[in-house]
Amino acid sequence: MGWLIGVFLFWLAGYFLNIYLANSPWRKTRIVKLAVPAIFGITILVVWEGLVRGLEVPSVILPPPSMIGARIATSLPILWSDLIQTFVKGALTGYLMGCGAAVITAILIDRSPFLQRGLLPVGNFIAALPIIGTAPILVMWFGFDWHSKAAVVVVMVFFPMLVNTVQGLAATDSMQRDLMRTYAGGYWNTLFKLRLPAAMPAIFNGLKIATTLALIGAIVAEFFGSPTLGMGFRISVEVGRLGLDMVWAEIAVAALAGSAFYGVIALIEKGVTFWHPSQRG
Amino acid sequence: METVWKTYGFYTYRVLGVDMRNLLPILTVVAAIMVIWYAASIGMNKKWTYDQAGRAGVEVTFTEMVADTWAQDRPVLPAPHQVVAELYRSVFEKKISSKKSLVFHGWITLSATLLGFVFGTGMGILLAIGIVHNRAMDMGVMPWAIASQTVPIIAIAPMIVVVMSTIGATDFLGKDTATAIFGYQPAFMKGVLPKAVIAAYLSFFPVVVGMVKGLRSPDHMQLDLLKTYNASKQRTFWSLRLPSSAPYLFTSLKIGMAAALVGAIVSELSAVPLRGLGARMLTGSYYGQTIQIWSALFAAAALAATLVASISWVERRSLKKMGMS
Repeated sequence: MGWLIGVFLFWLAGYFLNIYLANSPWRKTRIVKLAVPAIFGITILVVWEGLVRGLEVPSVILPPPSMIGARIATSLPILWSDLIQTFVKGALTGYLMGCGAAVITAILIDRSPFLQRGLLPVGNFIAALPIIGTAPILVMWFGFDWHSKAAVVVVMVFFPMLVNTVQGLAATDSMQRDLMRTYAGGYWNTLFKLRLPAAMPAIFNGLKIATTLALIGAIVAEFFGSPTLGMGFRISVEVGRLGLDMVWAEIAVAALAGSAFYGVIALIEKGVTFWHPSQRG
Repeated sequence: METVWKTYGFYTYRVLGVDMRNLLPILTVVAAIMVIWYAASIGMNKKWTYDQAGRAGVEVTFTEMVADTWAQDRPVLPAPHQVVAELYRSVFEKKISSKKSLVFHGWITLSATLLGFVFGTGMGILLAIGIVHNRAMDMGVMPWAIASQTVPIIAIAPMIVVVMSTIGATDFLGKDTATAIFGYQPAFMKGVLPKAVIAAYLSFFPVVVGMVKGLRSPDHMQLDLLKTYNASKQRTFWSLRLPSSAPYLFTSLKIGMAAALVGAIVSELSAVPLRGLGARMLTGSYYGQTIQIWSALFAAAALAATLVASISWVERRSLKKMGMS
């Protein structure tokens, strides 16, 4: 009972603190902008912890955050090797290959309006399909190790990336292209000095979408078969033996890796597209 | 005559959202994919053909080899016509209540997807309304909603399935209630809840983010105009914010629907009983039934395309009626 009352009081405190901060004169400051979501997050964790303890929820249903934290602290080597297997070998390799292939394809079909008009609708169509379903096929073709995961990621990121790049390459207007022509800039000069830089906002948009897809692809592909390590493997095995604290630990790591991956791409974008209005605000 | 031609003629005609001027290029690309596919299935299946021939001690000619690679039982890559034949067999020639019917499995997946989608978008829209009207919620929840889109949420699917079966919350309405109402337990209700929860969870965040953007899309001029009318907050919401959010809502509905379907399929990998398109893929991969995997994949693709296309259809119709397209 004490836990429940404590949780309720904490929740009230967090609630009113956030309302106060959000309507205070400092609401436009950076600190408050970070503090409000942080307070919300902490309140959720505390309420979770308190409710699980207060209601005595068994840990095979929902482990408390403290238990998950302890699990993370004690299984760092396992989590690390899973991260390397799934994120670095599976997701990152596939991401680089898939995005690279998509950009190159976009540049190749760029000279043929016919191919573009054919490939873009098909690409858009495929991008909306549950491509993750190719995972069992690719696992059969490329084996259980990370190669098949990278292949799933390649297939998943290729079409969103292709569509974005083609759109980006069309972003320049005829004035700019004419200017390049008055400079006697040929196709390749125009491509590298004008059109690719102008395409960067769209390309990075695709790259950011692809970060999440890459992790999803790598993790789900492991549900169809993997060597005895990897985040998806660990999740499905630990779920089977009701080690939910380990499952949550893997999910926390996946969330961190996903956000960090996205953050890194967003940072690079900031450097590359510093000239774009959306980055100046 | 020119206008009539432009309005009704071939040039501006769209069928199912596809610009007919692009028909020839699209068909060319599809044909090219088919050619590559057939060629690839020769390349990938011929080892088996030669192995079999070598074991039987017979010589195969090139044409015999090609014919065999397109007709194997468990090819590495089935040829398109094999997949189409399997689709036809499992859709039209099986009783739809049979476990071998793709209609049955598709319906299991579809019901979980739709149930989750309705809940997820409903909650998403409600949260978006809260965020737009409450600054504390905006500042506290919105960063998490945005951050959640960079997180592979789908990883929780196996856990949700197992936890919900542990606490016994798997059937929609429960077996006894369903039997009391319908006289039997409809197939889709069994084990649908965990899948629907994951589908709802996946469609929730895109809808929140899109809907917040939409409800905020009216500019200052429009909001000021309503202020000069002395319109209440409620009135502003119904007459300005909600209608102007429609294009954003439809865009996020399409994303949410695709996400919900992926959620349902992935959660079927661990759900009991093993049913649905995801389960078809999984059993197919256990037993090396590649044709079965491919036909389940195509059924899932057709399902996704139909669902998204029907949202697009409603979108075009309603935006046109609202004068927004």
